[in-house]
Amino acid sequence: MQRSRNDVWVGLFVLIGVAALLFLALQAANLLSLNFQTRYRVSAKFDNIGGLKPRAAVKSAGVVVGRVESIAFDDKSFQALVTLGLDSRYAFPKDSNLKILTSGLLGEQYIGVEAGADEKNLVAGDTIKSTQSAVVLENLISQFLYSKAADNNNAPQGTASKK
Amino acid sequence: MSWYRPSDVGLATRRQLADIGHGARLFFRLVRDLGACLRRFGLVRDQIHFLGNYSLAIIAVSGLFIGFVLGLQGFNILQRYGSSEALGQLVALSLVRELAPVVSALLFAGRAGTSLTAEIGLMKAGEQLSAMEMMAVDPVRRILAPRFWAGVITLPLLTAVFSAVGILGGWIIAVPMIGVDSGSFWSQMQGGVDVWSDVGNGVIKSVVFGFAVTFTALLQGFEAQPTPEGVSRATTRTVVVASLSVLGLDFILTAMMFSI
Repeated sequence: MQRSRNDVWVGLFVLIGVAALLFLALQAANLLSLNFQTRYRVSAKFDNIGGLKPRAAVKSAGVVVGRVESIAFDDKSFQALVTLGLDSRYAFPKDSNLKILTSGLLGEQYIGVEAGADEKNLVAGDTIKSTQSAVVLENLISQFLYSKAADNNNAPQGTASKK
Repeated sequence: MSWYRPSDVGLATRRQLADIGHGARLFFRLVRDLGACLRRFGLVRDQIHFLGNYSLAIIAVSGLFIGFVLGLQGFNILQRYGSSEALGQLVALSLVRELAPVVSALLFAGRAGTSLTAEIGLMKAGEQLSAMEMMAVDPVRRILAPRFWAGVITLPLLTAVFSAVGILGGWIIAVPMIGVDSGSFWSQMQGGVDVWSDVGNGVIKSVVFGFAVTFTALLQGFEAQPTPEGVSRATTRTVVVASLSVLGLDFILTAMMFSI
Protein backbone atom coordinates (compact mmCIF):
# COMPACT_ATOMS: atom_id res chain seq x y z
CA MET A 1 0.00 0.00 0.00
CA GLN A 2 1.52 3.32 -0.99
CA ARG A 3 1.80 6.11 1.54
CA SER A 4 -0.19 9.27 1.00
CA ARG A 5 -0.17 12.72 2.57
CA ASN A 6 -3.42 11.88 4.29
CA ASP A 7 -1.65 9.29 6.43
CA VAL A 8 -0.08 12.00 8.58
CA TRP A 9 -3.29 13.89 9.14
CA VAL A 10 -5.40 10.80 9.80
CA GLY A 11 -2.72 9.59 12.21
CA LEU A 12 -2.81 12.93 14.02
CA PHE A 13 -6.61 12.82 14.18
CA VAL A 14 -6.63 9.31 15.65
CA LEU A 15 -3.91 10.30 18.13
CA ILE A 16 -5.94 13.33 19.25
CA GLY A 17 -9.01 11.12 19.72
CA VAL A 18 -7.10 8.51 21.71
CA ALA A 19 -5.47 11.22 23.80
CA ALA A 20 -8.93 12.63 24.58
CA LEU A 21 -10.14 9.16 25.65
CA LEU A 22 -7.06 8.73 27.86
CA PHE A 23 -7.67 12.16 29.37
CA LEU A 24 -11.25 11.17 30.19
CA ALA A 25 -10.19 7.85 31.71
CA LEU A 26 -7.25 9.14 33.73
CA GLN A 27 -8.03 12.72 34.64
CA ALA A 28 -11.84 12.75 34.76
CA ALA A 29 -12.49 9.22 36.00
CA ASN A 30 -9.25 8.38 37.82
CA LEU A 31 -8.71 4.93 36.37
CA LEU A 32 -5.31 4.48 38.00
CA SER A 33 -6.31 4.79 41.63
CA LEU A 34 -9.38 2.61 41.15
CA ASN A 35 -8.03 -0.51 39.51
CA PHE A 36 -4.49 -1.18 40.54
CA GLN A 37 -5.14 -2.11 44.15
CA THR A 38 -5.96 -5.63 45.19
CA ARG A 39 -8.80 -6.08 47.61
CA TYR A 40 -9.86 -8.73 50.07
CA ARG A 41 -13.49 -9.54 50.65
CA VAL A 42 -15.24 -9.74 53.98
CA SER A 43 -18.96 -9.97 54.58
CA ALA A 44 -21.23 -8.59 57.25
CA LYS A 45 -24.91 -8.89 58.14
CA PHE A 46 -26.99 -5.85 58.95
CA ASP A 47 -30.53 -5.70 60.34
CA ASN A 48 -31.24 -2.71 58.13
CA ILE A 49 -28.97 -1.06 55.57
CA GLY A 50 -31.15 2.00 54.95
CA GLY A 51 -30.10 3.59 51.68
CA LEU A 52 -26.70 1.92 51.30
CA LYS A 53 -25.82 1.13 47.68
CA PRO A 54 -23.22 -1.02 45.94
CA ARG A 55 -19.97 0.90 45.35
CA ALA A 56 -20.56 3.04 48.43
CA ALA A 57 -17.38 3.93 50.29
CA VAL A 58 -16.05 2.06 53.32
CA LYS A 59 -14.26 4.53 55.56
CA SER A 60 -12.18 4.24 58.67
CA ALA A 61 -11.37 7.45 60.54
CA GLY A 62 -12.75 9.27 57.48
CA VAL A 63 -10.28 7.68 55.06
CA VAL A 64 -11.65 5.54 52.24
CA VAL A 65 -10.34 2.00 52.79
CA GLY A 66 -12.61 0.04 50.46
CA ARG A 67 -15.94 -0.21 48.67
CA VAL A 68 -19.22 -2.03 49.11
CA GLU A 69 -19.15 -4.75 46.44
CA SER A 70 -22.59 -6.31 46.66
CA ILE A 71 -25.73 -6.29 48.76
CA ALA A 72 -28.01 -9.30 49.02
CA PHE A 73 -30.87 -10.48 51.23
CA ASP A 74 -30.36 -13.53 53.43
CA ASP A 75 -33.74 -15.26 53.77
CA LYS A 76 -32.55 -17.54 56.59
CA SER A 77 -31.82 -14.82 59.11
CA PHE A 78 -33.86 -12.10 57.31
CA GLN A 79 -30.91 -9.76 57.31
CA ALA A 80 -29.03 -7.86 54.63
CA LEU A 81 -25.80 -9.54 53.55
CA VAL A 82 -23.23 -6.92 52.56
CA THR A 83 -19.94 -7.89 50.90
CA LEU A 84 -17.12 -5.40 51.36
CA GLY A 85 -13.89 -5.15 49.37
CA LEU A 86 -11.16 -3.73 51.58
CA ASP A 87 -7.81 -2.51 50.20
CA SER A 88 -5.23 -5.16 50.96
CA ARG A 89 -2.73 -2.61 52.27
CA TYR A 90 -5.02 -1.97 55.25
CA ALA A 91 -5.47 -4.66 57.92
CA PHE A 92 -8.18 -4.55 60.57
CA PRO A 93 -8.57 -6.58 63.80
CA LYS A 94 -11.09 -9.43 63.73
CA ASP A 95 -13.44 -7.78 66.23
CA SER A 96 -13.78 -4.53 64.26
CA ASN A 97 -17.16 -2.88 64.35
CA LEU A 98 -19.16 -1.71 61.29
CA LYS A 99 -21.64 1.16 61.31
CA ILE A 100 -23.77 2.58 58.52
CA LEU A 101 -23.29 6.34 58.59
CA THR A 102 -24.44 9.28 56.49
CA SER A 103 -22.11 11.94 55.12
CA GLY A 104 -23.72 15.25 55.96
CA LEU A 105 -27.43 15.76 56.51
CA LEU A 106 -28.56 14.70 53.02
CA GLY A 107 -25.41 12.97 51.79
CA GLU A 108 -25.07 9.40 50.71
CA GLN A 109 -24.56 6.56 53.12
CA TYR A 110 -21.26 4.79 53.74
CA ILE A 111 -19.89 2.16 56.08
CA GLY A 112 -17.64 3.26 58.91
CA VAL A 113 -15.13 0.78 60.32
CA GLU A 114 -14.09 1.12 63.98
CA ALA A 115 -11.00 -0.93 64.65
CA GLY A 116 -11.26 -3.43 67.51
CA ALA A 117 -8.58 -4.75 69.82
CA ASP A 118 -8.15 -8.36 68.66
CA GLU A 119 -4.60 -9.45 67.86
CA LYS A 120 -5.67 -11.43 64.80
CA ASN A 121 -6.54 -9.52 61.63
CA LEU A 122 -9.43 -9.98 59.22
CA VAL A 123 -8.63 -12.19 56.25
CA ALA A 124 -10.53 -12.79 53.01
CA GLY A 125 -13.83 -14.58 53.55
CA ASP A 126 -14.31 -13.53 57.17
CA THR A 127 -17.63 -12.37 58.52
CA ILE A 128 -17.80 -9.35 60.75
CA LYS A 129 -20.13 -10.01 63.70
CA SER A 130 -20.70 -6.66 65.37
CA THR A 131 -22.63 -4.34 63.10
CA GLN A 132 -24.86 -1.36 63.67
CA SER A 133 -27.78 -0.67 61.37
CA ALA A 134 -28.59 2.49 59.53
CA VAL A 135 -30.66 5.06 61.36
CA VAL A 136 -34.16 5.06 59.89
CA LEU A 137 -35.92 8.37 60.32
CA GLU A 138 -39.41 6.85 60.75
CA ASN A 139 -38.21 4.66 63.64
CA LEU A 140 -36.65 7.65 65.35
CA ILE A 141 -39.86 9.66 65.02
CA SER A 142 -42.07 6.85 66.29
CA GLN A 143 -39.75 6.29 69.26
CA PHE A 144 -39.92 9.97 70.02
CA LEU A 145 -43.74 9.97 69.79
CA TYR A 146 -44.07 6.91 72.03
CA SER A 147 -41.83 8.41 74.67
CA LYS A 148 -43.87 11.63 74.51
CA ALA A 149 -47.11 9.67 74.93
CA ALA A 150 -45.63 7.72 77.83
CA ASP A 151 -44.61 10.98 79.51
CA ASN A 152 -48.14 12.33 79.15
CA ASN A 153 -49.68 9.18 80.72
CA ASN A 154 -47.32 9.30 83.68
CA ALA A 155 -47.99 12.96 84.40
CA PRO A 156 -50.43 13.14 87.40
CA GLN A 157 -52.86 15.82 86.18
CA GLY A 158 -52.37 15.00 82.46
CA THR A 159 -55.25 15.90 80.23
CA ALA A 160 -56.90 13.13 78.22
CA SER A 161 -54.08 11.63 76.17
CA LYS A 162 -54.83 11.09 72.53
CA LYS A 163 -54.54 7.36 72.33
CA MET B 1 -54.16 7.88 -3.24
CA SER B 2 -56.70 7.64 -0.48
CA TRP B 3 -56.52 5.89 2.81
CA TYR B 4 -59.83 3.99 2.63
CA ARG B 5 -59.32 2.11 -0.64
CA PRO B 6 -57.87 -1.32 0.14
CA SER B 7 -55.63 -1.32 -2.91
CA ASP B 8 -54.00 2.00 -1.90
CA VAL B 9 -53.48 0.87 1.68
CA GLY B 10 -51.94 -2.33 0.39
CA LEU B 11 -49.63 -0.43 -1.96
CA ALA B 12 -48.49 1.92 0.79
CA THR B 13 -47.78 -0.99 3.16
CA ARG B 14 -45.87 -2.84 0.47
CA ARG B 15 -43.78 0.25 -0.29
CA GLN B 16 -42.92 0.72 3.37
CA LEU B 17 -41.93 -2.92 3.71
CA ALA B 18 -39.82 -2.72 0.57
CA ASP B 19 -38.04 0.39 1.91
CA ILE B 20 -37.29 -1.37 5.18
CA GLY B 21 -36.06 -4.40 3.26
CA HIS B 22 -33.77 -2.31 1.02
CA GLY B 23 -32.38 -0.57 4.10
CA ALA B 24 -31.76 -3.79 6.00
CA ARG B 25 -30.13 -5.45 2.99
CA LEU B 26 -27.83 -2.46 2.46
CA PHE B 27 -26.93 -2.49 6.16
CA PHE B 28 -25.96 -6.17 6.09
CA ARG B 29 -23.92 -5.69 2.93
CA LEU B 30 -22.05 -2.78 4.56
CA VAL B 31 -21.35 -4.83 7.69
CA ARG B 32 -20.27 -7.82 5.60
CA ASP B 33 -17.82 -5.66 3.63
CA LEU B 34 -15.77 -4.84 6.74
CA GLY B 35 -13.16 -7.36 5.69
CA ALA B 36 -12.84 -5.88 2.20
CA CYS B 37 -12.47 -2.41 3.76
CA LEU B 38 -9.69 -3.59 6.07
CA ARG B 39 -7.84 -5.11 3.11
CA ARG B 40 -7.97 -1.82 1.22
CA PHE B 41 -7.62 0.46 4.22
CA GLY B 42 -6.43 3.36 2.06
CA LEU B 43 -10.04 4.01 1.01
CA VAL B 44 -11.21 4.13 4.63
CA ARG B 45 -8.25 6.32 5.57
CA ASP B 46 -9.12 8.93 2.94
CA GLN B 47 -12.71 8.96 4.20
CA ILE B 48 -11.58 9.31 7.85
CA HIS B 49 -9.50 12.26 6.68
CA PHE B 50 -12.53 13.80 5.00
CA LEU B 51 -15.07 13.05 7.76
CA GLY B 52 -12.85 13.32 10.83
CA ASN B 53 -10.15 15.91 10.31
CA TYR B 54 -12.49 18.42 8.75
CA SER B 55 -15.08 17.96 11.51
CA LEU B 56 -12.52 18.38 14.29
CA ALA B 57 -12.72 22.18 14.36
CA ILE B 58 -16.49 22.44 14.69
CA ILE B 59 -16.55 19.65 17.31
CA ALA B 60 -13.78 21.21 19.40
CA VAL B 61 -15.28 24.70 19.29
CA SER B 62 -18.77 23.45 20.16
CA GLY B 63 -17.37 21.35 23.01
CA LEU B 64 -15.48 24.32 24.39
CA PHE B 65 -18.56 26.55 24.39
CA ILE B 66 -20.83 23.89 25.84
CA GLY B 67 -18.25 23.40 28.60
CA PHE B 68 -18.25 27.17 29.25
CA VAL B 69 -22.05 27.30 29.45
CA LEU B 70 -22.29 24.23 31.68
CA GLY B 71 -19.72 25.78 34.00
CA LEU B 72 -21.60 29.07 34.27
CA GLN B 73 -25.09 27.61 34.62
CA GLY B 74 -23.98 24.86 36.99
CA PHE B 75 -22.19 27.36 39.20
CA ASN B 76 -25.32 29.52 39.39
CA ILE B 77 -27.39 26.62 40.77
CA LEU B 78 -24.76 24.86 42.87
CA GLN B 79 -23.68 28.06 44.58
CA ARG B 80 -27.17 28.40 46.12
CA TYR B 81 -26.63 25.13 47.95
CA GLY B 82 -23.07 25.98 48.89
CA SER B 83 -21.57 23.15 46.88
CA SER B 84 -19.81 24.89 44.02
CA GLU B 85 -16.95 22.38 44.37
CA ALA B 86 -19.25 19.78 42.79
CA LEU B 87 -19.07 21.79 39.55
CA GLY B 88 -16.40 19.47 38.15
CA GLN B 89 -18.59 16.44 38.71
CA LEU B 90 -21.62 18.14 37.18
CA VAL B 91 -19.76 19.25 34.06
CA ALA B 92 -17.99 15.92 33.56
CA LEU B 93 -21.03 13.71 34.12
CA SER B 94 -23.39 15.69 31.92
CA LEU B 95 -20.81 15.87 29.14
CA VAL B 96 -19.58 12.29 29.23
CA ARG B 97 -22.98 10.65 29.64
CA GLU B 98 -25.30 12.73 27.47
CA LEU B 99 -24.19 15.94 25.87
CA ALA B 100 -21.02 14.83 24.14
CA PRO B 101 -22.44 11.75 22.37
CA VAL B 102 -25.69 13.46 21.35
CA VAL B 103 -24.38 16.87 20.30
CA SER B 104 -21.41 15.36 18.46
CA ALA B 105 -23.74 13.01 16.59
CA LEU B 106 -26.06 15.88 15.65
CA LEU B 107 -23.14 18.01 14.47
CA PHE B 108 -21.69 15.02 12.63
CA ALA B 109 -25.02 14.47 10.87
CA GLY B 110 -25.05 18.10 9.78
CA ARG B 111 -21.37 18.42 8.89
CA ALA B 112 -20.49 14.98 7.47
CA GLY B 113 -23.78 13.13 6.90
CA THR B 114 -25.14 15.71 4.49
CA SER B 115 -21.97 15.69 2.41
CA LEU B 116 -22.09 11.89 2.22
CA THR B 117 -25.70 11.96 1.06
CA ALA B 118 -25.10 14.68 -1.51
CA GLU B 119 -21.96 12.97 -2.84
CA ILE B 120 -23.60 9.59 -3.27
CA GLY B 121 -26.85 11.07 -4.55
CA LEU B 122 -24.96 13.00 -7.22
CA MET B 123 -22.93 9.94 -8.13
CA LYS B 124 -26.21 8.12 -8.60
CA ALA B 125 -27.74 11.00 -10.59
CA GLY B 126 -24.65 11.11 -12.80
CA GLU B 127 -24.94 7.35 -13.28
CA GLN B 128 -21.45 6.81 -11.92
CA LEU B 129 -22.71 4.00 -9.72
CA SER B 130 -24.32 2.26 -12.70
CA ALA B 131 -21.09 2.73 -14.66
CA MET B 132 -19.13 1.02 -11.90
CA GLU B 133 -21.58 -1.87 -11.93
CA MET B 134 -21.08 -2.16 -15.70
CA MET B 135 -17.35 -2.53 -15.03
CA ALA B 136 -18.09 -5.30 -12.53
CA VAL B 137 -17.07 -3.10 -9.58
CA ASP B 138 -19.47 -3.37 -6.67
CA PRO B 139 -20.36 0.26 -5.78
CA VAL B 140 -21.44 -0.78 -2.27
CA ARG B 141 -18.04 -2.30 -1.59
CA ARG B 142 -16.00 0.36 -3.40
CA ILE B 143 -17.90 3.56 -2.48
CA LEU B 144 -20.34 3.00 0.39
CA ALA B 145 -18.57 0.59 2.73
CA PRO B 146 -15.37 2.68 3.20
CA ARG B 147 -17.50 5.72 4.01
CA PHE B 148 -19.62 3.69 6.42
CA TRP B 149 -16.73 2.28 8.42
CA ALA B 150 -14.89 5.60 8.36
CA GLY B 151 -17.96 7.22 9.95
CA VAL B 152 -18.24 4.46 12.56
CA ILE B 153 -14.56 4.89 13.49
CA THR B 154 -14.64 8.69 13.41
CA LEU B 155 -17.65 9.56 15.56
CA PRO B 156 -16.42 7.96 18.84
CA LEU B 157 -13.10 9.78 18.47
CA LEU B 158 -14.87 13.07 17.82
CA THR B 159 -17.09 12.44 20.86
CA ALA B 160 -14.06 11.86 23.07
CA VAL B 161 -12.52 15.11 21.82
CA PHE B 162 -15.83 16.89 22.51
CA SER B 163 -15.94 15.60 26.11
CA ALA B 164 -12.31 16.39 26.83
CA VAL B 165 -12.48 19.91 25.39
CA GLY B 166 -15.79 20.51 27.20
CA ILE B 167 -14.31 19.48 30.55
CA LEU B 168 -11.37 21.82 29.93
CA GLY B 169 -13.90 24.56 29.08
CA GLY B 170 -15.72 23.92 32.35
CA TRP B 171 -12.38 24.11 34.16
CA ILE B 172 -11.56 27.45 32.50
CA ILE B 173 -14.84 28.90 33.77
CA ALA B 174 -14.68 27.31 37.21
CA VAL B 175 -11.07 27.75 38.27
CA PRO B 176 -9.50 30.87 36.72
CA MET B 177 -12.74 32.87 36.26
CA ILE B 178 -14.94 31.99 39.24
CA GLY B 179 -12.27 30.84 41.66
CA VAL B 180 -13.35 27.31 42.56
CA ASP B 181 -10.44 25.40 44.05
CA SER B 182 -8.69 23.45 41.30
CA GLY B 183 -7.90 20.45 43.51
CA SER B 184 -11.47 19.95 44.69
CA PHE B 185 -12.76 20.52 41.13
CA TRP B 186 -10.75 17.53 39.89
CA SER B 187 -11.16 15.34 42.98
CA GLN B 188 -14.96 15.76 43.00
CA MET B 189 -14.95 14.86 39.31
CA GLN B 190 -12.82 11.79 39.90
CA GLY B 191 -15.02 10.76 42.81
CA GLY B 192 -18.21 10.97 40.78
CA VAL B 193 -17.21 9.71 37.32
CA ASP B 194 -16.72 5.98 36.83
CA VAL B 195 -14.51 4.70 34.01
CA TRP B 196 -16.79 1.89 32.84
CA SER B 197 -20.29 2.96 33.75
CA ASP B 198 -19.90 6.62 32.67
CA VAL B 199 -17.03 6.99 30.20
CA GLY B 200 -17.52 3.49 28.78
CA ASN B 201 -21.25 3.89 28.30
CA GLY B 202 -20.63 7.25 26.61
CA VAL B 203 -18.29 5.52 24.17
CA ILE B 204 -20.87 2.77 23.50
CA LYS B 205 -23.47 5.45 22.80
CA SER B 206 -21.18 7.23 20.37
CA VAL B 207 -20.46 3.98 18.50
CA VAL B 208 -24.20 3.29 18.17
CA PHE B 209 -24.76 6.86 16.94
CA GLY B 210 -21.90 6.44 14.49
CA PHE B 211 -23.66 3.43 12.97
CA ALA B 212 -27.04 5.21 12.91
CA VAL B 213 -25.92 8.55 11.44
CA THR B 214 -23.56 7.18 8.81
CA PHE B 215 -25.99 4.48 7.72
CA THR B 216 -28.85 6.98 7.44
CA ALA B 217 -26.73 9.30 5.32
CA LEU B 218 -25.59 6.52 2.99
CA LEU B 219 -29.06 5.00 2.65
CA GLN B 220 -30.65 8.35 1.82
CA GLY B 221 -28.00 9.02 -0.81
CA PHE B 222 -28.23 5.54 -2.27
CA GLU B 223 -32.03 5.55 -2.48
CA ALA B 224 -32.31 9.19 -3.67
CA GLN B 225 -34.27 10.07 -6.79
CA PRO B 226 -31.58 10.71 -9.43
CA THR B 227 -32.66 14.32 -10.00
CA PRO B 228 -31.52 17.65 -8.50
CA GLU B 229 -34.70 17.83 -6.37
CA GLY B 230 -34.26 14.21 -5.34
CA VAL B 231 -30.73 14.84 -4.07
CA SER B 232 -31.74 17.98 -2.21
CA ARG B 233 -34.69 16.16 -0.64
CA ALA B 234 -32.45 13.26 0.34
CA THR B 235 -29.97 15.64 2.00
CA THR B 236 -32.74 17.26 4.03
CA ARG B 237 -34.09 13.86 5.00
CA THR B 238 -30.64 12.80 6.18
CA VAL B 239 -30.52 15.60 8.73
CA VAL B 240 -34.10 15.02 9.91
CA VAL B 241 -33.97 11.23 10.11
CA ALA B 242 -30.46 11.08 11.56
CA SER B 243 -31.21 13.69 14.24
CA LEU B 244 -34.47 12.07 15.27
CA SER B 245 -32.97 8.60 15.37
CA VAL B 246 -30.03 9.86 17.45
CA LEU B 247 -32.41 11.41 19.98
CA GLY B 248 -34.65 8.33 20.07
CA LEU B 249 -31.73 5.92 20.37
CA ASP B 250 -30.27 8.12 23.10
CA PHE B 251 -33.44 7.78 25.14
CA ILE B 252 -33.47 3.99 24.72
CA LEU B 253 -29.76 3.64 25.54
CA THR B 254 -30.05 5.91 28.57
CA ALA B 255 -33.03 3.93 29.83
CA MET B 256 -31.02 0.72 29.45
CA MET B 257 -27.76 2.03 30.93
CA PHE B 258 -28.63 4.45 33.68
CA SER B 259 -32.06 3.46 35.00
CA ILE B 260 -32.33 1.74 38.40
